[in-house]
Amino acid sequence: MPSRVPPGSEAVLEAVDAAIAELKALRGALIPILHAISERLGFVPPAAIARIAQALNITQAEVHGVITFYHDFRTTPPGDHVLKLCRAEACQAMGCERLERRLREHYGLGMKETSPDGRLTVEPVYCLGNCALSPALLLDGQLAGRVTEQRLDELIAGLGKNGKTVRP
Amino acid sequence: MTVTVYVPRDSAALSVGADHTAEAIVRQASEKKLSIRLVRNGSRGMFWLEPLVEVETGSGRIAYGPVATADVPGLFAADFLRGGAHALRVGSAAEIPYLKRQTRLTFARVGVTDPVSTQDYTEHGGLAGLQKALSMAPADITAQVVASGLRGRGGAGFPAGIKWRTVLQAPADQKYIACNADEGDSGTFSDRMVIEGDPYMLLEGMAIAGLAVGATEGWIYLRSEYPTARVVLTTAIQRARAAGWLGDNLLGSGRKFDVHLRIGAGAYICGEETAMLESLEGKRGEIRPKPPLPAISGLWGKPTAVNNVMTLAAVPLIVQQGGAFYASFGVGKSLGTLPFQLAGNIKHGGLVEVPFGIKLRELLYDFGGGTASGRPIRAVQVGGPLGAYLPPSKFDTVLDYEAFAQAGGMIGHGGLVVFDDTVDMARMARFAMEFCAIESCGKCTPCRIGSTRGVEVIDRIVQGKQREMNLTLLRELCDTMTHASLCAMGGLIPSPVLSALQHFPEDFARAR
Repeated sequence: MPSRVPPGSEAVLEAVDAAIAELKALRGALIPILHAISERLGFVPPAAIARIAQALNITQAEVHGVITFYHDFRTTPPGDHVLKLCRAEACQAMGCERLERRLREHYGLGMKETSPDGRLTVEPVYCLGNCALSPALLLDGQLAGRVTEQRLDELIAGLGKNGKTVRP
Repeated sequence: MTVTVYVPRDSAALSVGADHTAEAIVRQASEKKLSIRLVRNGSRGMFWLEPLVEVETGSGRIAYGPVATADVPGLFAADFLRGGAHALRVGSAAEIPYLKRQTRLTFARVGVTDPVSTQDYTEHGGLAGLQKALSMAPADITAQVVASGLRGRGGAGFPAGIKWRTVLQAPADQKYIACNADEGDSGTFSDRMVIEGDPYMLLEGMAIAGLAVGATEGWIYLRSEYPTARVVLTTAIQRARAAGWLGDNLLGSGRKFDVHLRIGAGAYICGEETAMLESLEGKRGEIRPKPPLPAISGLWGKPTAVNNVMTLAAVPLIVQQGGAFYASFGVGKSLGTLPFQLAGNIKHGGLVEVPFGIKLRELLYDFGGGTASGRPIRAVQVGGPLGAYLPPSKFDTVLDYEAFAQAGGMIGHGGLVVFDDTVDMARMARFAMEFCAIESCGKCTPCRIGSTRGVEVIDRIVQGKQREMNLTLLRELCDTMTHASLCAMGGLIPSPVLSALQHFPEDFARAR
């Protein structure tokens, strides 16, 4: 995951401009650009909206509308690590609410919340396609299946300090 | 002598440590100065055995599973590179009844070959369909697909050949193939398995579709929740281009077809075909009213054949063997095979490709072995979040599109999510409405507002507040959503709600 950068800084705007320059010639470029910015920064800074709108010759309202429509795009920086917990039916059938409760009660993290030290963000997701090995979660892009509360604790304990996942 | 060892790179296998198992095997082999060739195959689809390690021996491929990192030294001690005896040895994977009893037409290569090896692909029958299609007239390719009886595997079940014929007959300077790989239904993973396990088959199917309808471009919309599938597919597209399987000169024929890959952004509704087209164009994934059909006016207003991954993946074999061959499997108007996915609280979860006509009970018990928890099965949701919940009294229903619809169900994309007797069905009904409220695109009122009101009404019912009145209200609300929503999302979300209410009324009456 990208390290945390203050929104609106020079580095942020450079990342935005680089993503735009690289992808603006694509057909249907807006979503690829938003993905590229998210991959570089972890979020889409509000300052990106005007720049994207100008480059693609669309209105700022359209850019804003797309950012807010899709769950993948966020406008504030996430924590160093992002845990996406599946809440869909197959994972419910295998008790994913126990993991949700563990995150809430032991780590103080509800859905769409970030820990005060900025280390971990928890997000809901609806199906990771690992439904025969439920419950499942995605931690910094790594899929985990048959996750017990103990395994959840191990995964979280294994998270490194500098944005690197230490796998057990 | 170099021994070939297979460790899957399928997402599900990775989720239970396949990478670590592979690393441990390579490390041990190197320490023991044993020469191995590691192949990262797809998954055989028997997920309770993952990571399933296979070894090429003098007497065929021998499988061991599930292999954790800690098991690796023991396997070397048991001389597993020569198929030695070990507690985890399951013999030849193909002989395991779960696999042996399947009819793997679409999944024939998945788990067997190296997914990104072009050599493996052609050595296992790949490209034969495309080669044949290049010598056929578009109308003849379409006719074979019509004859095969292949129906849209995304869920709607519309005859694929008829859709292609419409696109073929639509006059336009540009047409498109749009592949729907936004597999968002809970309990489904067959698209993912094909993309991760046999991606060239999908690309070949798309190229054939292009030849059949006169499209030179294919667009794949892959969901962002599948990062491994994205990596595999990106590699496969690059290699297919380099090999001349895509591009300006398809297999040296002078014909043109290339593929673009786009990644979704976490919206369930983009699995609906018109929302997907909007998203491909870079817009909010809002439903387009139909008509016009995408086959007439689709991507950027051009005639577009929108097909699910499974539909396109079935095409190479159909063209190669002829439509009649495929149509020789299945029953009634549901011809060919369907890769069912056993998911949720199931002992033997995985991929089961069988001809239509199998009973739900056979899938749940003969293949699935009952629940993972060991408790009785109480309900099964078939066909994703928009599918009905069925009780055991319906388990003898035959899985064909029409018979299943008659029983109040929907086969959809073939996912079965199993629940044991601890499930609270009022909670699942509420979740259906909640999910709809979260994922509604907002274009039409019945879905956008109805879903939120649905959550509230179910809450009042389970709290015992004016129960009878609120039950009537819920039924009326469902009726409105069913008949007045613009697409299948709002139109079908009443299905899990009403089926839960019909088959499990006691869960709505319990005091809380």
